[in-house]
Amino acid sequence: MSTETQANQDLFGDDETAGAVFNAAGGDWDQITEDIAAVGEERIVVNMGPQHPSTHGVLRLILELDGETVREARAGIGYLHTGIEKNMEFRTWVQGTTFATRMDYLTPIFNEAVYCLGIEKLLGIDVPERASDIRVLMMELNRIGSHLIALGTGGMELGATTVMTTCFRERERVLRFFEATTGLRMNHAYIRPGGVAQDIPEGGLEMLEKELADLKGGLRELELLLNENPVLKARTVDVGYLSLAGCMALGITGPILRSTGLPHDLRKSEPYCTYEKYDFEVKTRDDMDAYGRIRIRIDEMWESIKISEQAIAFLRESEGQPVMVEDKNIAWPAQLSIGADGQGNSLDHIREIMGTSMESLIYHFKLVTEGFRVPPGQVYSAIESPKGELGVHLVSDGGTRPFRAHFRDPSFHNLQAASVLSEGGLVADVIVAVASIDPVMGGVDR
Amino acid sequence: MGKEKTNKNSPDKGTLGESRESEDLKTTEAINKHEEQVPADAPEPSATVVAQKQGMFGSSLGNDTSGYGGLNQPVLFPPASQRPYGGYFDEIVDFLAAGVSDFDAAVPKVVVDRGDLTLHVSPQHLREVAMVMRDDANLRFEMCLGVSGVNYPELVGEELHAVYHFASITHNMRRVRLELSCSDDHAVLPSIVDVYPAIDWHERETYDMFGIVFEGHPGLTRILMPDDWPGHPQRKDYPLGGIPVEYKGASIPAPDQRRSYS
Repeated sequence: MSTETQANQDLFGDDETAGAVFNAAGGDWDQITEDIAAVGEERIVVNMGPQHPSTHGVLRLILELDGETVREARAGIGYLHTGIEKNMEFRTWVQGTTFATRMDYLTPIFNEAVYCLGIEKLLGIDVPERASDIRVLMMELNRIGSHLIALGTGGMELGATTVMTTCFRERERVLRFFEATTGLRMNHAYIRPGGVAQDIPEGGLEMLEKELADLKGGLRELELLLNENPVLKARTVDVGYLSLAGCMALGITGPILRSTGLPHDLRKSEPYCTYEKYDFEVKTRDDMDAYGRIRIRIDEMWESIKISEQAIAFLRESEGQPVMVEDKNIAWPAQLSIGADGQGNSLDHIREIMGTSMESLIYHFKLVTEGFRVPPGQVYSAIESPKGELGVHLVSDGGTRPFRAHFRDPSFHNLQAASVLSEGGLVADVIVAVASIDPVMGGVDR
Repeated sequence: MGKEKTNKNSPDKGTLGESRESEDLKTTEAINKHEEQVPADAPEPSATVVAQKQGMFGSSLGNDTSGYGGLNQPVLFPPASQRPYGGYFDEIVDFLAAGVSDFDAAVPKVVVDRGDLTLHVSPQHLREVAMVMRDDANLRFEMCLGVSGVNYPELVGEELHAVYHFASITHNMRRVRLELSCSDDHAVLPSIVDVYPAIDWHERETYDMFGIVFEGHPGLTRILMPDDWPGHPQRKDYPLGGIPVEYKGASIPAPDQRRSYS
């Protein structure tokens, strides 16, 4: 018997009565319900998580239940805190990208992009247009990947594994292109201060076009599966309701805000990375519920494909142009290439630093070990991540490492709404409400 | 033959090396003395000195091998800006000045740097400033994007800074930054959770990481670290090491005890 009852035991050592505590660690649930019934208390506190498979990582939800109704819901976070911000203070500005990319692991490109935009603002430099176009392309593809995970895991949490398999299958197409370009499927550290690590490989755009064509078919399939699905609608319509006033009070951004009808999107209202030259729409709905957020995510994926196709056209035009700033005091010296044994420093570069130019070697060594210096000051820069406004507050003391790096992660911020979205509803709807926020604990806890 | 050579040469080499080392020592000592006598470059009067940087290669462990170990440079933050601030910044400051009762006391310093507007706000006026920023139709900063802490250990009396970012959707993404400071000994700032409920978790995080107590917060508890965690990890005097990893018969130094450059 793995369940045990510790009735009226004072667990916390203070004089307050803790009430009856029931621990469920596998075993016979009937026993627990019997024990609870014996106490005769309708209001119980349930700890959901921190390792519940449907909580997007290690989120702990503390629910006070009255029968099936949630009276109070609180989110407990911090179980995935890895001290990324603290670690960044001990590494160079460039090395910081490898930390930033690991925060919200479903949107690695966005983490890198906002961090590098912040550094570039501190340095006062502009990146080449081709680098910006590559960033836009990568970000939009990443947005598709993130939204597919949001829908896929959301569907899985509702018991619809077909949604999950479809979404993960389609996401693979994006990841294949990421792998071909950056060498990695996630945690790329591809966007670097001053540009991107390397150009799109030969044949990469053609490969992407093929994948995008398939992706469109997959998205259409997903739409047919979800949009008018009576089971999905029964579970999501009017669930996790949050009005515009609620969003404003809680500072919610992203699909949740757009599901109230407000077309707020930083790509439009505060264009960065040359988003102003792209033609796309900000999708809104006025459902204000979990269903609306699902539909918005699907619509946004179509817009992302539209932007990606424009980016591909721009990249075709700018073939051969630089993807990194010319300033050799900032630009990462290694020219990467893909060899027989995988991606690494290009042989030409190795030949130059080891064989012909002592100065190149010295510069390479200095830049890689010591890093470049960033003038003192502080900046805030923000981008529209799939989950909302992703901001970074960077402080430099003139050194080669960040004096302070703080990330305003949209998941961290939006998760505050978990209580509002689920209180008054049923226990089963908590899952839907939290899934509609699409929190990723790597980003929440950093 | 080879052996003989090395035998012959090695003592010579040794003495050579020694003499060089001692010479090096002498010169660095001389440089250090010289640097001590010459005062550091006097900063521009208006720029804020937030710290002093020593040495060139700037190792935090004091083993600067560049020969510039005695170099002493102030870290200068952008000075207070003069009007016109440019763009919409003047408008924001004007409307704020009209709405806040004692503007000069509430906002002693305005800094425009790298396209960002920073208002340095005195803590006792924060709530009033926040109310005006939220409610004045000409300002209408609906979004409080959170508070981030910064620890400047060398700024005596204002070691801890809290940096707030606001955005106005109504006025097409105007942004403003408020910066507050408090001392290490009395790390207390007013909470604005009742003005901007969105900042709830951010204040908890800043308390958790820096130990700044936000007075008036409805439930100021740790959020990322465990409840019983000692210390506030993002402070500069808090080591990166954390909990040492133990191996049988060996140990690894904490990350901040390994090689480092600044």
